[in-house]
Amino acid sequence: MSQPFPFTAIVGQAAMKQAMVLTAIDPGIGGVLVFGDRGTGKSTAVRALAALLPEIIAVEGCPVNSARIEDVPAWAAPTSGRLIKRPTPVIDLPLGATEDRVVGALDIERALTRGEKAFEPGLLARANRGYLYIDEVNLLEDHIVDLLLDVAQSGENVVEREGLSIRHPARFVLVGSGNPEEGELRPQLLDRFGLSVEVTSPRDIETRVEVMRRRDAYDHDTAAFLKKYRAKDTALRKQILAARVALPGLKTPGVVLHDCAALCIALGSDGLRGELTLLRAARAQAAFDGADTVTRAHLKTVAASALSHRLRRDPLDEAGSGARVARILAETLP
Amino acid sequence: MTEALTQWQRVETALALLSVDPAGIKGLWIRARAAPVRDHVTQALPPHRRIHPNSDDTALFGGIDLAATLASGGLVRSQGLLAHSAPIVLAMAERCPPGLSARLARWLDDAGPCLIALDEGAEPDEGLPAALTDRLGLFLDLTDLPYGESGSVRLDPGQIAAARARLAATKLPETALQSLTTVAAAMGIASLRAPLLTLATARALAAWRAEDMASDDTLRHAAELTLAHRGDLPDRAEDPPPQDAPPPPDPGETETTPPEPTLDRLPDDILLEAIRAALPADLLARLAAGRAARSAKGSGSGAQRKGNHRGRPLPPRPGTPGSGKRIDLVATLRAAAPWQPLRRRSPDATRLEIRQSDLRLKRYVETSDRVLIFAVDASGSSALSRLAEAKGAVELLLAQAYARRDHVALIAFRGTEAELLLPPTRSLVQTKRRLAGLPGGGGTPLAAGLRMAFDLAGQTRARGMTPTVALLTDGRGNIALDGSANREAAEADALRLARAFRSLGIPGLVIDIANRPQPALLRLAAAMDAPYLPLPRADARRLSGVLQAALGE
Repeated sequence: MSQPFPFTAIVGQAAMKQAMVLTAIDPGIGGVLVFGDRGTGKSTAVRALAALLPEIIAVEGCPVNSARIEDVPAWAAPTSGRLIKRPTPVIDLPLGATEDRVVGALDIERALTRGEKAFEPGLLARANRGYLYIDEVNLLEDHIVDLLLDVAQSGENVVEREGLSIRHPARFVLVGSGNPEEGELRPQLLDRFGLSVEVTSPRDIETRVEVMRRRDAYDHDTAAFLKKYRAKDTALRKQILAARVALPGLKTPGVVLHDCAALCIALGSDGLRGELTLLRAARAQAAFDGADTVTRAHLKTVAASALSHRLRRDPLDEAGSGARVARILAETLP
Repeated sequence: MTEALTQWQRVETALALLSVDPAGIKGLWIRARAAPVRDHVTQALPPHRRIHPNSDDTALFGGIDLAATLASGGLVRSQGLLAHSAPIVLAMAERCPPGLSARLARWLDDAGPCLIALDEGAEPDEGLPAALTDRLGLFLDLTDLPYGESGSVRLDPGQIAAARARLAATKLPETALQSLTTVAAAMGIASLRAPLLTLATARALAAWRAEDMASDDTLRHAAELTLAHRGDLPDRAEDPPPQDAPPPPDPGETETTPPEPTLDRLPDDILLEAIRAALPADLLARLAAGRAARSAKGSGSGAQRKGNHRGRPLPPRPGTPGSGKRIDLVATLRAAAPWQPLRRRSPDATRLEIRQSDLRLKRYVETSDRVLIFAVDASGSSALSRLAEAKGAVELLLAQAYARRDHVALIAFRGTEAELLLPPTRSLVQTKRRLAGLPGGGGTPLAAGLRMAFDLAGQTRARGMTPTVALLTDGRGNIALDGSANREAAEADALRLARAFRSLGIPGLVIDIANRPQPALLRLAAAMDAPYLPLPRADARRLSGVLQAALGE
């Protein structure tokens, strides 16, 4: 589809939209996991995000979207060397994709026609500096999950196969979506997502009717609908860009660091990744709000999405971990 | 209120609509076995391409056409079936793997005109993956349609063309959006795709009937066609209890009531009535069973088999083909490709030079899902002794199953028969809920419980999973397979079944929940070739240790 549904036209789902915006401000947060019912706009939001994101500057023809000419990998075909603006890549990793497609493989075309041993980059290369989107991430084959874990951790894709020995940068924001009723996600993969949000179908009729009305308008008069939301989308994009600029200059008082640690200890989250992500997300939130100092309020806003998936999960606990985070948040940071 | 559509009218209408607005309606889910009735329907489908669940990516999405490439010496790419704008018919849709359904769903979201899924599911829990049922607009169940009522469908091309031309100008009443949303919500349909598909269907139906503004009948029929199969209809007297709810409460047992509908506005009754009339009575129950059981078939922790025919590919190996080994053509070409310039005897030769040493063979490894089948004795004698502790033990095992991403199934036996409380699923929350609501009382039909566990194990194995049976009982089986209260026959039946487990090599685990260890159960465990564990002396650690051993790790 050439023109996706506008991001700002998505009704409700504030947590999901906010999490996606935060990763756009600071890709270092490390991805978003969206879990919830079918037909709640998960895929729509990801496609919309792709259109919303500011463009990146990359070397023309570079398979890994390098920002500078000297970063273009040696195995890549010669590029024109010009820098061009291009949309932030949002790459789909379909279920059932083969390992070849994901990490890259011997370029059969060149091997067959020219007898050359060349590397054909995979999805991970194309997602560098952008987003990698996995729908139904909980159904992903284990061996692909293992690959992803490794690459998401190191930011580098190493290919050692078929006589090739190649490495290239693969830094991307992982966006996963899925329906928890159809299968659980391994804790190791859960941990790689910086933020996690749960989406549910809206419960009141008015909201549902509004969703239908907008979608119907989009389907039947796309141009007019897009025009209506263009200004809002542009404003949000500007806000993201401004937040990116403001991010390095933000002040983080010691008391906020203390709050982070206290909260994570109270929740008993494993490892230090929880604290670090919480702080990064709070900083991005502060930058988005236009504040010059991170406060406890920012921390509270992002705590649920940054921490709820990091708790030791009791598989038989029906209430879910979101409620636990909310309770402990209220106790620890009044 | 006008009459609802008859079954066959519904079929004809659905086919017409599919031709009028394939891109809006997105598709049709036909549940029927291959039969003359279905042939009537498939003959009337618009021109289409046909795929099956094992179609490979190259066929679907295009890729390098190896034969043509080798013949011509230049690169030839083949176009995938999905690149054409024709509708796709997915045969044997009940066997569609999640990878394919995810990609078809993506294709439908983006560009695809429509998908017609021929679902031949025989068991209630066989069916189309949820990613597709959610996206396909229309549903037809031909299972119970008598052949006499069907006939060949003739769609007038002129009428279709006229309807298509009218489609853009067709309007829906202002209130349609509201009432369709309300009805969908009242039916408990969470997905917002459903009412959108109803809207598209209503437009197409109005255009087909040459209405400028969709009439109430049109809306009603559109709702019938698109919503009826998706939700649970509330307030239906003869409705079976919803499959997701716990089993009916026994007096004295604490019980959670099924969740109340959370939407406070009453549905548009007339629309609901129309939908209600649209379907055979037990269809919803069957579909609900399917929904409960239809679960992810990701890779699991079950047995691994290395072979050369199915499963996830392993890196190919050099070797000589023969005796069932298959050549990995691409790997062979890859191995040969770099040598071509050297091997060519003349510079203008175009033939591919392949040597014996280039040959590569295919290897696969297949990992099947494990399913843990709990057969729990809920008879009066065990309820008296330690049913509560047995439940605790099962929860412990469930936590382990969760860690290993196993499927679990739950069978309870009491009175004179066994009952499948939960078909294989990965939803532990559901399992726990069913278990908590499990009432106790009555005789001990141990043989019937074993019988059901045995059948279920066989079924899951046929589906490629690896079953393990955990039997929790106090061993005082007193009801024989035929339902008679004959202790000797009951014991003989149970032993016979236990031996059947062993002969099929289904691994098991017998947990004795009686107050004192039962020699009869020890014999049973021996006949099953399963570890025997008396619960009175078992603590959590021992239980999990024995389970690990039983699962062969």
